[in-house]
Amino acid sequence: MTEENQTGPSRRAFLTGVGAAAAGTLAGGASAQTDPAIAIHPWMQELGDGVDAAPYGMPSPHEADVKRRTVEWLTADPVSSINFTPLHDLDGTITPNGLCFERHHSGVARVDPAQHRLMIHGLVDKPLVLTMEDLKRFPRQNHVYFLECAANSGMEWRGSQLNGCQFTHGMIHNVMYTGVPLRLVLEEAGIKPEGKWLLAEGADAAAMTRSIPMEKALDDCLVAFKMNGEALRPEQGYPVRLVVPGWEGNMWVKWLRRLEVGDQPWHHREETSKYTDLMADGVARRFTWEMDAKSVITSPSPQAPITHGPGPTVLTGLAWSGRGTIPRVDVTIDGGITWHEARMDGPSTPKALHRFYYDFEWDGKPLLLQSRAHDSTGYVQPTKDALREIRGENSIYHNNGIQTWAVDADGKAENVEIS
Amino acid sequence: MSRFLKLALLASAMASPLAAEPLGLGRAATPEEIALWDIDVRPDGLGLPAGSGDVMTGDKIYTEKCSACHGVFGEGTGRWPVLAGGQGSLSDARPVKTIGSYWPYLSTVYDYVNRAMPFGNAQSLTHDEVYAITAYLLYLNDEVDEDFVLSSDNFAEARLPNEEAFKPDDRAEVELVAFKEEPCMTECKPSVEITMRAAVLDVTPEETAAKVAAKAEETKASAAKPAPETPPAEAPVVEVAEAPAVDPALIKAGEKVFRKCKSCHQIGAKAKNRVGPVLNGIVDGPAGAVEDFRYSKPMAAAAEAGLVWTESELSAFLGNPKGYMKGTKMSFPGVRKEEDIAALIAYLRDASE
Repeated sequence: MTEENQTGPSRRAFLTGVGAAAAGTLAGGASAQTDPAIAIHPWMQELGDGVDAAPYGMPSPHEADVKRRTVEWLTADPVSSINFTPLHDLDGTITPNGLCFERHHSGVARVDPAQHRLMIHGLVDKPLVLTMEDLKRFPRQNHVYFLECAANSGMEWRGSQLNGCQFTHGMIHNVMYTGVPLRLVLEEAGIKPEGKWLLAEGADAAAMTRSIPMEKALDDCLVAFKMNGEALRPEQGYPVRLVVPGWEGNMWVKWLRRLEVGDQPWHHREETSKYTDLMADGVARRFTWEMDAKSVITSPSPQAPITHGPGPTVLTGLAWSGRGTIPRVDVTIDGGITWHEARMDGPSTPKALHRFYYDFEWDGKPLLLQSRAHDSTGYVQPTKDALREIRGENSIYHNNGIQTWAVDADGKAENVEIS
Repeated sequence: MSRFLKLALLASAMASPLAAEPLGLGRAATPEEIALWDIDVRPDGLGLPAGSGDVMTGDKIYTEKCSACHGVFGEGTGRWPVLAGGQGSLSDARPVKTIGSYWPYLSTVYDYVNRAMPFGNAQSLTHDEVYAITAYLLYLNDEVDEDFVLSSDNFAEARLPNEEAFKPDDRAEVELVAFKEEPCMTECKPSVEITMRAAVLDVTPEETAAKVAAKAEETKASAAKPAPETPPAEAPVVEVAEAPAVDPALIKAGEKVFRKCKSCHQIGAKAKNRVGPVLNGIVDGPAGAVEDFRYSKPMAAAAEAGLVWTESELSAFLGNPKGYMKGTKMSFPGVRKEEDIAALIAYLRDASE
């Protein structure tokens, strides 16, 4: 229901219908009224737009509310900030390109692909310069991977803070990448035996750098130039980005311009000052690359309340692991007294999002919803308290604890923590 | 090409099991090209250029180019990073992570300032300037005295206090093992209660929080409450423009140019001072007149002298801020094209209204 909604009468009818349904007055014997939506609408009579009215198609204006959102107080400036994927409005597992959350350190670099170069140097036999055209002549592959920022759910370490899974879990997206295995690009230059680390650098004004162990670089990383079949969006690193499956998003360097092979890590700002996990005793973990198994119920949730009243209800959510697949998700609607195995649906591939459903009959009483992911290594998603027990509350990063939504009798949902 | 192929094949036969058949794509990077881009510095000093800088020089550069965001003493302004202090706070409830309290290596300071600062004018500092700023940051963190000189010769001796307080990722031993038990599925606890609510904090962005409330209202809406046909529109404010009508396309083009300015400046009804002052009424307005904004000395002097930002003065400033006013805080290289400046001024005029 958006402001753009032009159909006053039918909108009112819809609300009336909802109200009536919620009040239970549509039971047998109610006066048989004609639903005003059963009518001859303008779109049944007038001709619509012809082809090419929108050469690049956009969603219906009724879906204008489905958009990335930011939390202004999080950062000093939108140029070095983050916004969030509207998980509560999405289904399936693939994130549409225009809704993939953004995180920039010096804004979106506007790169001319003809002027873009990828340099490979350092401990290699032959330092190389590749153009985009060169890159597209290497054998390429397609893989679906989630990209999760290590700070996703970071605002929740000290307790429930933001009302909406867009804000608590929206620093994640899941798309199909087309790209060249990083291994092939590195082998083209020839890695010297002492080359154990790789520095990846971006072409934006932050010149983002991260150190990647060579073992990972040669395993499943991609130098990707397409997402969901089309060119990377500028905010996702057009014309080329690094894909580091299962590992924290900060390493997936956008606008990738340089790969340097070295014998040690560089300990740059993004792997020392940031993306290190401070424990309660003042010692910090470094190089915590992998994303632990995690899940969240996307609906019902604070931004997606139950609007239909008691009866058949669809509960759905997402689960993922940086270490493999998600064979199983447990769901509770009573705050963890009783758990049910959810129904997994859709493709199950390593290091990608998984969709789960739990279809139940809502009795109209308050609910406490949680989901708990199991990954293919046998790891079970922990509670927030179990994580705090080990890490304290100052980590910022890698918060994969179980999320709770409290749903009241009206169907409204709130971000809570429970005993 | 074929010689390279032979060489590569030879190499693969001799050493690395990784080497595959190269495809002969791309071209050799020249040493000059590598030197231009290879700016990274490592804790062992690899990549550090020759040069030096002292604390006092660093103080001057820092005050001019860094203090607007990071504060005069590295205390940070607004949400910008704090650079100094916080020593001994890492195990507190609210740790303060700075170069002095948290960063393990000084090389990271040099590397990061050189690669990404000043914000919006990256890679504009000379090697000596970066050395000087790094020296000054050490001084702000009480690591060195005011007469300290940092150089490529003594860099390796510099140690930051928190270097040893980092450990490798130990999740495999500490967490992965602990979190592998088959969890309880039935009768897992006798009862349950809510211990914490997000609504108490109420920090969710307004627009969405309001929407949630509205949706809930809709849910509860009784059938008797029809939705309004259209939201009551506020009476549009009609202003009589005294200036000649400006081409809306020019204003739109100016809005695009203004993107460059947005990281430091705001304009419009809700504008606040950021790194730079609010720009409402800047065109034909007096220079240095925004309340609660600390102008640079030269800007304050120009304001004192009665400078007015006429279109021609503003064009000269926007084309080359530093050339127009040496010592201005505006660390922006300037708008190159005259038509972009004209568009920007049209937008500034329009957005102020």
